[in-house]
Amino acid sequence: MEDAIAVRGLVVDRGGRRVLHGIDATVPRGSVTGLLGPSGSGKTTLLRAVVGVQEISAGTVTVLGAPAGSPPLRRRVGYLTQAPSVYADLTLRENAHYFAALHGRDRAAADAAVADVGLASAAGQLVGTLSGGQRSRASLACALVGEPELIVLDEPTVGQDPVLRADLWDRFHTLAATGTTLLVSSHVMDEAARCDRLLLIREGRLIADDTPAAIRATAGVDDLDEAFLRLIRATQPDQPGETR
Amino acid sequence: MNPRILTATVTRILQQLRHDRRTIALLVAVPAVLLSLVYYMYADQPTAPGQPSSFDRIALVMLGFFPFIVMFLVTSIAMLRERTTGTLERLLTTPLAKTDLLFGYGIAFGLAGTVQATVTSAVAYWFFGLQTAGSSALVIMIAALNAVLAVALGLLCSAFARTEFQAVQFMPVVVAPQLLLCGLFVPRDEMAGWLQAASDVLPLSYAVEALQEVGAHPEPTGTMWRDVAVVAGAAVLALMLAAATLRRRSG
Ligand SMILES: Nc1ncnc2c1ncn2[C@@H]1O[C@H](COP(=O)(O)OP(=O)(O)OP(=O)(O)O)[C@@H](O)[C@H]1O
Ligand SMILES: [Mg+2]
Repeated sequence: MEDAIAVRGLVVDRGGRRVLHGIDATVPRGSVTGLLGPSGSGKTTLLRAVVGVQEISAGTVTVLGAPAGSPPLRRRVGYLTQAPSVYADLTLRENAHYFAALHGRDRAAADAAVADVGLASAAGQLVGTLSGGQRSRASLACALVGEPELIVLDEPTVGQDPVLRADLWDRFHTLAATGTTLLVSSHVMDEAARCDRLLLIREGRLIADDTPAAIRATAGVDDLDEAFLRLIRATQPDQPGETR
Repeated sequence: MNPRILTATVTRILQQLRHDRRTIALLVAVPAVLLSLVYYMYADQPTAPGQPSSFDRIALVMLGFFPFIVMFLVTSIAMLRERTTGTLERLLTTPLAKTDLLFGYGIAFGLAGTVQATVTSAVAYWFFGLQTAGSSALVIMIAALNAVLAVALGLLCSAFARTEFQAVQFMPVVVAPQLLLCGLFVPRDEMAGWLQAASDVLPLSYAVEALQEVGAHPEPTGTMWRDVAVVAGAAVLALMLAAATLRRRSG
């Protein structure tokens, strides 16, 4: 089956600086793919290119068989921005109803999406009064409410406790099992181990595109954290990598 | 444009406004307070026989100013907030068309401006005895149209602002020349030629002329309808330009 995302020779310049230097990568359908890399390595930029809001200098990004950002894709792709992007002066329920309406879903679907991220009891609260972690989940609910075929999540579990993180990852896998494709950026290595495939990016270059098992094998260590450190150092031996 | 998405967007913007009680109170109360100020300022001024009183002349034009100034500011800030909080970026990845968003703002804040104009006009006619030869409904219609024009200009200008500070600076740039040159302070045909030419291309001049026509004639005049058409056309043009300057992709 054709890949959900195919990136070919993607070059992106931001603020006069080259941020992505010719990325080639693919994301298979019905899987959870992790996008990992140090802070400032270009994860958000790559995700923006996939959802079609990033100006690109060269290369192609094909999503579900169409050029990234083309109008028919907008009903098939869901995007969670890194900073929560929900209306602080609306209640969570009103936010969810609005984003549901944009995707042609009804209010029941919106209320279900809010319950799915564990915020049913806060649905009537103004988003501006939610805690930081709750606000991220509110934003996540609004990205999932359209039940898109491809879900692009920029650090969805930041600020969540371990139990909630585990719940959310279970949900991601449940979605993938029904054929949804997920591309998820993260800083957390125990989340990397939960992905079907991993993309490792460093200073705008892809340095690994494989399963977690294969990456451990290549690096020759069992610990993914350590494997990443080795891969990062191997790509630039004379400079210590900027890791987080 | 998609009717379902447009309706949802109008509803969402009005819900945001509804949660902000203080803004609603200010929107409704401030024009009435300013109007009473004008009333007492001119209370003891003599009126030339056969001429409208100074209050009637000024209050009528002010009824058009309030929604114009206020809705321009409200829109610039609201749109800039969409940009800086990332909601705009997310919206642009959804099936929402750019015109759904822009016309959504036009309709929602146009309605808010209409409510404001209605309340202010009621105060002007009932409390302060404003006299116009023509119907008060026409006055409200022209004021509402001014609100829509201001929303359209606000949406367009917000594309050129990166911060709230910049957005607020557009207010004197866009609004002040239109207020000065619209014919309230110096009649347009008594201005220097180049000022008249500038006045001729500013849409607010037509809105003011339309209000003055309503003030002076019991029936709507051809000039008034032409002016109304010019203002409506300017609003649509500004919305189209705003759509053209709104980019889905950024750097
Ligand atoms: N709007 C912008 N203008 C100019 N440069 C930018 C802009 N946004 C990001 N950059 C730069 O592009 C590079 C990649 O940024 P990006 O946000 O993609 O990193 P990231 O991997 O998502 O980092 P983090 O893990 O901290 O979120 C960084 O060096 C950043 O400074
Ligand atoms: Mg990022």
